[in-house]
Amino acid sequence: MSTAPTPPRNAQRLLEWYCRPELAEDLQGDLYEFFERNLQRRGLRYARFIYWIDVLKFIRLYTLRVPNFYSFFTYTIMFNSYFKTSRRSLVRNKLFSAINIIGLSISMSVGLLMISFLSDLLSYDDFHEKKNRIYRINTSLQPTGQPSIELASGSVLAGKKIQETFPNVEQVTLLRRGFGGDAKVNETTLPLGGLWADASFFKVFTFPLLSGNPATALKNPYTIVLPEKTAQKLFGDTDVLGKSIRFDTTEYTITGVMKDIPKLSHLRFDALVSFASIELQKPDFDGGFMNWGNVFSNYTYVLLPENSSLKTLQANLDKLCLSENKQLKNQQIQLNPQSLNGITIGNRLENASGPTMNQITIWILAGLVLVVILSACFNYTNLSIARSLRRAREVGVRKIVGAFKEHVLLQFITESVLISLMALLLAFVLFLVLRAQFLGLAPQLTELVSLELSPKIILYFVGLSALVGIAAGFLPALFFARIKAIQVLKDASSVPLFRRVNLRKALIVVQYTFSLIFITTTILGYNQYKHFIVFNLGFSTENILNINLKGNKSEILRKELAEIPSLTDISTSRLVTSLGSVYGTMIKYQQPDDSSNIAQNYVDERYLPLHGHQLLAGQHFTPRAKSEESSEVIVNEQVIKRFNIGGGHPTKAIGEQIKTLDGKKFTIIAVVKDFHYRTVEHRIEPFVFFYSPNEGNLNLKINSKDLPATMAQIEAVWKRIDKVHPLDARFYDDQIEEAYRQFSVIVKVIGFLAFLAVCIASLGLFGMVVFTTETKLKEISIRKVLGANEPSLVYFLSKGFLGLLVLSAAIALPSTYLLFDKLVLTQFTYHQPIHFWELTVGFWSVLALAVVLIGSQTLKAARTNPANVLKNE
Amino acid sequence: MKGTNLGEFEELVLLTIAALASEAYSVAICDELEKHTGRAAKLGVVHAVLNRLEEKGLAKSFLGEATSARGGKRKRYYEVTQAGKMALVNAREIREGLWRIIPELNLGGAV
Repeated sequence: MSTAPTPPRNAQRLLEWYCRPELAEDLQGDLYEFFERNLQRRGLRYARFIYWIDVLKFIRLYTLRVPNFYSFFTYTIMFNSYFKTSRRSLVRNKLFSAINIIGLSISMSVGLLMISFLSDLLSYDDFHEKKNRIYRINTSLQPTGQPSIELASGSVLAGKKIQETFPNVEQVTLLRRGFGGDAKVNETTLPLGGLWADASFFKVFTFPLLSGNPATALKNPYTIVLPEKTAQKLFGDTDVLGKSIRFDTTEYTITGVMKDIPKLSHLRFDALVSFASIELQKPDFDGGFMNWGNVFSNYTYVLLPENSSLKTLQANLDKLCLSENKQLKNQQIQLNPQSLNGITIGNRLENASGPTMNQITIWILAGLVLVVILSACFNYTNLSIARSLRRAREVGVRKIVGAFKEHVLLQFITESVLISLMALLLAFVLFLVLRAQFLGLAPQLTELVSLELSPKIILYFVGLSALVGIAAGFLPALFFARIKAIQVLKDASSVPLFRRVNLRKALIVVQYTFSLIFITTTILGYNQYKHFIVFNLGFSTENILNINLKGNKSEILRKELAEIPSLTDISTSRLVTSLGSVYGTMIKYQQPDDSSNIAQNYVDERYLPLHGHQLLAGQHFTPRAKSEESSEVIVNEQVIKRFNIGGGHPTKAIGEQIKTLDGKKFTIIAVVKDFHYRTVEHRIEPFVFFYSPNEGNLNLKINSKDLPATMAQIEAVWKRIDKVHPLDARFYDDQIEEAYRQFSVIVKVIGFLAFLAVCIASLGLFGMVVFTTETKLKEISIRKVLGANEPSLVYFLSKGFLGLLVLSAAIALPSTYLLFDKLVLTQFTYHQPIHFWELTVGFWSVLALAVVLIGSQTLKAARTNPANVLKNE
Repeated sequence: MKGTNLGEFEELVLLTIAALASEAYSVAICDELEKHTGRAAKLGVVHAVLNRLEEKGLAKSFLGEATSARGGKRKRYYEVTQAGKMALVNAREIREGLWRIIPELNLGGAV
């Protein structure tokens, strides 16, 4: 080659590839002339650029090569032959076929699980006919100087304004959450939860009615629409139009029975009650019903006309907020439409209805699964290339008899796809097992997805398997296609068998790096999780049983329970803390404009001692009857720091007064030591205890040798008092474990993937070791004859592999450490430091496994009798 | 009637081939066209027209000898076939026939 600048090689190749051979040569010459002209006038870069453009411009009908149907025809004829040789090679190399098929099927089974999981998530709310035009109006509440709160809910006022004043919306429907209570029909009582919905509900959403008129069903006050299932439960019948149901003292008339809600719906309810009913009741318990700032209970859904733009809607919403925000002090409200299909896979919003799945989590999971699948593909690639010697002769003969490059390429890709399809059968069986296990991980998962099979899903499965086959077989196929026939047939050993050693080594390192990252992540994550659930929250949760009262009066139950001897103490509280949810209220100290939203709980005088809270100063609440208004409050250390009460000194803070926003004054009677009232990833902020003798939860301290008997006693007491609701009593420790359920699910999932990754990587390594020792058998024998002993031979054979493992560890361990130290654990304020043993224990176990695999094979090779090997020359 | 009809640009290209005689290959044709019409003639357009002319049987082509220029690629030379010559003469006659029946064309005022 001369040093003169030439046109870009890839462009020339492209031209040769697509252009008819008879036109290609002179066209290339023409382009070359222009290239030279441009080179002189504008320089190399420009000339090369124009060359590319020209090559692309010449892709026209008359220049395109006619596809070679003849070649395709041969392929179909030859298919039988390919199939036969593939089968023979599979049977001949049983070990390697097994490694490939098992590895591929294990990895594909998680792939299948991922596909059905994703497909379920993506088909959420698919049953609504107008799904592409439905939007939920989300609210972003922005208190001045504080991070904004993103809500799925919005105010009634906003919904009404949109309904009445907005042009360019086809339908608007208002929903409200929180309808619930015991439904009574004759003798049957059934607790129901549902939504209030207005008359347009059925115009926006597709929930077909079995009976009743969808246009008027939810129009009048005190009308109710039941799904079949609820009707069946209440009446034992679905023909119930016009009958009535009593909730508390109110009668509701059934105006419609609808088909049951499909599983994959973000709206879930036992009953729909007309919005007109709630409007009549005007419940003001959480602020004015029609207040602009009351954005916590209502949902607005908008149906846009066809071809209308979201921009107009957003502009109108902005205009609405601008005028209404003037009423608000210290906060702003912004309204944003969110499309129906973005609701389930989207960011978690406060007050969201239905389950949501974070997009990032999905990407991470999909990424992990992909790594496992690729790892199995690497095994296939590695082993096929390594064992190419035998097949090389076959390829040589095929080429001599007239096979083109593309025939060989197709042959080997077909082979890998066939193997992959075979693996799919096994993978499918594994998938069925995995699916049950996966759904059993957490009740939330069963709620989120059903993972049912459908023809579409099966098609995806086959598609995945074909893709995996192509990915696994492409490199080996390319390798075979490039084999030179004469060279192979003249001297088979001249095939560049070891030329791709670096590629193979790289693949092994990648496999092991990922396996180690997985396994180390699992170990670190598991330890943190363990740490969370035994974390010292700052109070005792041991042997405490929390009973949700379900609206029953606490006094009666308390009195009855006090009879049980093994219950040493009973207290009541509004909230069971440390499980994730918090309630707050605005509180200020002396400065009139310095108020802060502070988390709170309402408890009685026994609560703090029962939970072993430590008082730094002051004393416990004094018992009061319900009628007496209490003005006592117990605060944590953060409160006196936040407001600088008594100079931040607990004893000096006693007797000081704080105020709630409605002007009530409370005297601090004690300061309690800081404790974790939220989940451990959150920082401890100011917290106050108010006094109230009557709240929704009972906390029982149990000191019993015979727990089942005590539980039976408690249950018996409950049955006497509440005949409708089952007893909802849970141990505090179990509840805390449940609060960290998501961590345990994540750790289990990653742990399982880690296990798979290690298995697959080990399978691959095993295959490579077997192969290497086989090919080096002669060398080993000669070394042995010349005096090498067994240990030195084992060392000689395994040092290469162990080196690769150490290299993987050198990449994997520091990156996992950094990942956790800088990224993951910074999310958790009170985490445990990372221990060195946690990092290395995974590596040691993987190494031990590898040493066993390598050692067994190399030892076998080193022990063979050299005479047996060397005599078959 | 694909065989006989000549588009305007086709006619120009065919004429250029005739004018260039033994040196008529794509790049030269482009340059010559540019010289005479004053407009840039793109290789892509000319190449397509040459291909079409050959398809219609108005021109034929053959590959020349390889030289060290053009990256060692041969040139494709074009020449006008008998049918091509007839098409050119035919086009010219149609045009002159029309010119003859225009009563008084006042070039001075129109252009």
